[in-house]
Amino acid sequence: MAASAESLQRISAAGLMLQLWRSSLGKKYVMAITGLMLFGFVVVHMIGNLQFFGDATLINEYAESLKSKPPILWGARFGLLAAAMLHITAAIQLAHSNRRARPVGYDGGKVVASTLANRTIIVSGLTVFAFIVFHLAHFTIGWVNADLLKLTDAAGHHDVRGMMIAGFSNPLVSIFYVVSVGLLCLHLSHGVASIFQSLGLRSKKTEANLKKLALVAAIILFFGFCAIPIAVMADLIK
Amino acid sequence: MNLTLRVWRQKNSITSGQFVEYAAKDISPDMSFLEMLDVVNEGLILSGEEQIAFDHDCREGICGMCSLVINGKPHGALPATTTCQLHMRFFKDGDTITIEPWRASAFPVIKDLVVDRTAFDRIIQSGGYVSVSTGGAPDGNAIPIPKEDADKAFDAAACIGCGACVAACKNASAMLFVSAKVSHLSLLPQGKVEETRRVLNMIGQMDAEGFGNCTNIGSCEAACPKEISLDNIARMNRLYAKALLKNKLS
Repeated sequence: MAASAESLQRISAAGLMLQLWRSSLGKKYVMAITGLMLFGFVVVHMIGNLQFFGDATLINEYAESLKSKPPILWGARFGLLAAAMLHITAAIQLAHSNRRARPVGYDGGKVVASTLANRTIIVSGLTVFAFIVFHLAHFTIGWVNADLLKLTDAAGHHDVRGMMIAGFSNPLVSIFYVVSVGLLCLHLSHGVASIFQSLGLRSKKTEANLKKLALVAAIILFFGFCAIPIAVMADLIK
Repeated sequence: MNLTLRVWRQKNSITSGQFVEYAAKDISPDMSFLEMLDVVNEGLILSGEEQIAFDHDCREGICGMCSLVINGKPHGALPATTTCQLHMRFFKDGDTITIEPWRASAFPVIKDLVVDRTAFDRIIQSGGYVSVSTGGAPDGNAIPIPKEDADKAFDAAACIGCGACVAACKNASAMLFVSAKVSHLSLLPQGKVEETRRVLNMIGQMDAEGFGNCTNIGSCEAACPKEISLDNIARMNRLYAKALLKNKLS
C-alpha cells in the first residue's frame, strides 16, 4: 500500500501532531489528555471553593493570591481554554464519524453492556459546556450582574464569598448549578476511567479499581461543589 | 416449537430493505439457529418464494462466517457462542425473534442477512501477518516464548474475524478485531519485528474503511463469541503511541 511506505518516513513534529489528530486513536489520546487536564482543574477548583466554609475572608484571600500572579493565572486560563476547545472539537468530530459508521441502527434493544453515563456522554458534555459559559459570565466576567464583581471585604479584597452568597441566593442559579454539576459528575464517572483505557493504561486487573476511582471522584466532586449552593439556599450561611 | 421470525429482507446493496414476518413451525429444540433457518428456507422453496440469504460455513463455531443480530444482540444473547452454536432450546415456544444483519457502513448489506466483510480482509492485508521470505516452518520449541506471553497471544489469536464486535458497538468500531490481530502478532518474537509498521498501517486502514471510534463501553467484549478482551485495545493504544514516537525518532 502507498500508505505503508509513506507512514514509515521520518516526519516532523508538526506532521506527527497532524497524524495524531487525523487518526482515530490519536484523537482519543487528545480526548484523554485534555480530559485529564480539565479533571485536574475541577478537583483544584472544588478544593478552592471549599474554603468558602472557612473564615469569612479565607476564600477572598485565596482569590487575591491567585490574581496576584498574572502570568500563572493567565497561563492556566489559556491552557484550560485550549484543553476545553480541543476536547470539545475532538469529541464532536469523533461523534460525527461514529454516526457515519453506523447509519442504520437495530430494531431490537439497547446497546449491549452500556451505562447511562456512557450513552449520554455527549449530551452531558455539551450541557456542562453551556453551563461553563454561563458560570464564567456570572462569576468571572460579570455580564449577568456587574455589581457582583464590585463587592469588597474589609481588607479591600474582592469579596468572593459575598458574591457566591448573592449569586446562589437566586434559586434558578442554584438549580442550574446543581443540575450541571450532576451532569458533569455523570460525565466524569465514565470519563475518568476512560482516560486510562484510551492511553492504554487499563487492564483486567486494574479495571475494577479504575471504575471505582471514577465513581468515587464523581461523588466527592458532586457533594463538594453542591455543598455551597445548598448551604446558601438552606440559609446556613451568615 | 412454533416461532414467529421477523427477518430483514433486502434484495441487494442498492435497494432498501424491510422486515418480513415468517412462521417457523415444528422446530425441534435441538436444532441450531441456522438449522431452524434451513427449515424455514425449505418451506419457502416449496411455496416458490425467495429463500432468506444468510452467511454460514463450518457450523462448529470456528470459521467466523455466520453472523446475524438476534433480538438486538450479535450471535444472540448466549455469551461466548456463535450463531451456529446457538440452539433453539434457548428460546421459548411462541417467541417472536427479530433477525437483522450486521449494521455498519463498512459492512454493506449484500443481500438479506449477508454483509460484505472484505473491509476486514483489507485490514489484514495492510499488516496482519508476519513476513517470512524463506525456509520451512521452524521446530515448535526452537524459539523460547514465556508461557504468559504465549497465553495472551493465543487468547488474542482466538479471534475468528466474524465482526460481532463491529455489529455490537454503537459506533461500529473495529477496534477489538484490529487489536486482537495486533496483539496476537506483536506478543510473539516472530511478529515483534514488524510491530511499528503493523500497528500504524492496520490502524490507518481501519480508519480508511470508515469504522467508528472506541468509546470504552465494552459492548464488543460482551458480544464476542471468542471472549476477546478489552485489554487488547489497551495494548493497541499503547503500541500505536509507541509506534508514532518511534517513527518520529528513528
